[in-house]
Amino acid sequence: MHLNWLPVREDWNALLALAKSLPPAEAAQAMRQLATSRMDFTSVGKLDRALRKALAANGGSLPGLEPVKLAILASATTSHLPAGIRVAGLRRGLAIEVYEADYGMYRQELMDHSSALYAFKPDVVLLAFDARHLAASEGATPESALELMSWCWRQVREAFSAQVLQQTVLPVFPWLMGNNEPRMTHSPASVVARINELLRPASEEQGVDLLALDQFAAVDGIAAWHDASLWHRSKHEVHPQAASAYGDQVARLIAAGRGRSAKCLVLDLDNTLWGGVIGDDGLEGIVLGQGTGLGEAFAAFQRYAKGLAERGIILAVCSKNDEKNALEPFEKHPEMLLKRSDIACFVANWSDKASNLRHIARTLNIGLDALVFADDNPAERAIIRQELPMVAVPEMPEDPAAYVDTIAAAGYFEGLRLTDEDRVRSQLYQANAERERLKDSVTDIDGYLESLRMTMVAQPFDSVGLARVTQLINKTNQFNLTTQRLSEAEVSERMNDPEVVTLQVRLTDRFGDNGIIAILIARVQGGEAEIETWLMSCRVLGRKVEQACLNVLAQFCTELGATRLAGTYRPTEKNGMVRELYPSLSFKALGEEDSNGARRWRLDLADFQPQPVPMRIELPSEVLA
Amino acid sequence: MQQTEIYEKLTEVMRDVFDDEALVATPGMTANDVKEWDSVNHVSFIIAIEEEFGIKFKTSEVEKMKNVGQMVEQIEAKTAAK
Repeated sequence: MHLNWLPVREDWNALLALAKSLPPAEAAQAMRQLATSRMDFTSVGKLDRALRKALAANGGSLPGLEPVKLAILASATTSHLPAGIRVAGLRRGLAIEVYEADYGMYRQELMDHSSALYAFKPDVVLLAFDARHLAASEGATPESALELMSWCWRQVREAFSAQVLQQTVLPVFPWLMGNNEPRMTHSPASVVARINELLRPASEEQGVDLLALDQFAAVDGIAAWHDASLWHRSKHEVHPQAASAYGDQVARLIAAGRGRSAKCLVLDLDNTLWGGVIGDDGLEGIVLGQGTGLGEAFAAFQRYAKGLAERGIILAVCSKNDEKNALEPFEKHPEMLLKRSDIACFVANWSDKASNLRHIARTLNIGLDALVFADDNPAERAIIRQELPMVAVPEMPEDPAAYVDTIAAAGYFEGLRLTDEDRVRSQLYQANAERERLKDSVTDIDGYLESLRMTMVAQPFDSVGLARVTQLINKTNQFNLTTQRLSEAEVSERMNDPEVVTLQVRLTDRFGDNGIIAILIARVQGGEAEIETWLMSCRVLGRKVEQACLNVLAQFCTELGATRLAGTYRPTEKNGMVRELYPSLSFKALGEEDSNGARRWRLDLADFQPQPVPMRIELPSEVLA
Repeated sequence: MQQTEIYEKLTEVMRDVFDDEALVATPGMTANDVKEWDSVNHVSFIIAIEEEFGIKFKTSEVEKMKNVGQMVEQIEAKTAAK
């Protein structure tokens, strides 16, 4: 089973040989490009080996790759899985270090606090139980299987602040009854089906993320995922040929947990959203919608894109066209499912697409690595891969009927939970584009900010907002002083700690509600409030919201008896924009940068005067009093 | 496929799987002769052979293959039957 959305790279072996001789930063980059090409089973093994050697030679890390520690606790053989996981991590800019508990020893490892698992301190724990372990032993019931898994989740939760991944059960058992198998509730096939059913609500309730193998087996066929011969010979439940697909699924869950899922689907128009060329064929000539199979295939792709938008993925258009022609179908074609209002950033011109993609990322205030570029034209795809290797460019199939499956299978937009804001994300970005236009027309910045009529609402974390707060903490990369990631349990701990100031900040303006745009956590101890987390959405940059946040934070911390406010800027690959935040807010440096470039800053609250800000601030009533 | 051609291809597969550019497949070769040929890599080796030659071994066939020579015979029989 190959990852068909990845392009074939003719010079793969030559590039691997070259990568081995490059200095660490360039080697990491070259290997990431290799990981983003189609590979057979042996190539995955070769790339994994080269990656591990490069990591070992460079003290366990490589520039540009975020280190992650993954522990696999399993009931059967998993030794063939780490290579695919590491290579898929590399594909997403992660250097995943894998720890495998001894085959079948997961209970002991979890119970023994001096075990190698505890020494490893995983960031992510993957629980992988085979079907026979859960459903074919004496007296096994779906409920007992769930109990075992919940026990594992609790153990992991109590010991580590790790993301927990639970593999669903592969439906490996043949039916005993047939079409109406569930009528025999204790047949192994029925037990597996029922466990998978129970896992859905249980995992959501307990903040565990599922690795839905049953779902993939339903698409690819169980034979692609499981080979009875291999099970009998060596207790491989997951087929080694499926190890790449397995690894990619694991890596996308880990990446999603760290805010590395793509955020925006950039669409070409001609022969991507409709058949034909609007500039040549005209409104009546393009193929779209009812009447032909091809037209329906394009409509189905539009429907899928719309579905993505409804769950919070931003849509953009990047097309070589006259803008007037490009817009015409959106405005006039009766079968267009996507409307102009679904597109947060619409770019149709004759410039090269690499420049246009840069413009789109800038306008939407997201990284280029948050873009997925869907274009039917192989030449355009090749240029983007060459010019902007951080942009994901799926190999679009020749048949438009397969567009949807390709984008879905590639899993660029892997999501872990859905918040109310996700559902209106597209409008948020659309409104932002309008604000940008207003900014262009107003030259005086203060006048512009006043004209936005902003209201900021700051309040402590609450259980309703917990999911959204956790999501922001784990995915905000740019405006993030410490990039401290926290599990929902850890966020909840801080919420309930009377010595910790937590703030979730919303911003509304004349264009609409921006949702939660800032999160602050400060721990007050001995008169000093230490800012553990300060992050903001880049959507609201340049609007003095950071000053307003500081005003509010100072007030909350003073209430808890703090006389000083301290914070650290810890540099990452992505948060350079906040390097100067603390000095710009009159914090004084405490010493020099340490070896990692981190620096501590302090503000004396005794002399602190809240600075004027161009917005109304609403606080909970007890603070105002 | 001729045995000589199979040995050539198998040598390539072994070099890739066992990460040793000096390896040359010979009839009497066993896991004991190759440093990286452990039980984990054995499964990878079989899968890589199946992928390279476009064949599929039965459970009994895998269990019968005790050295490289026997593997080549199996591969020869299977590719001939295709």
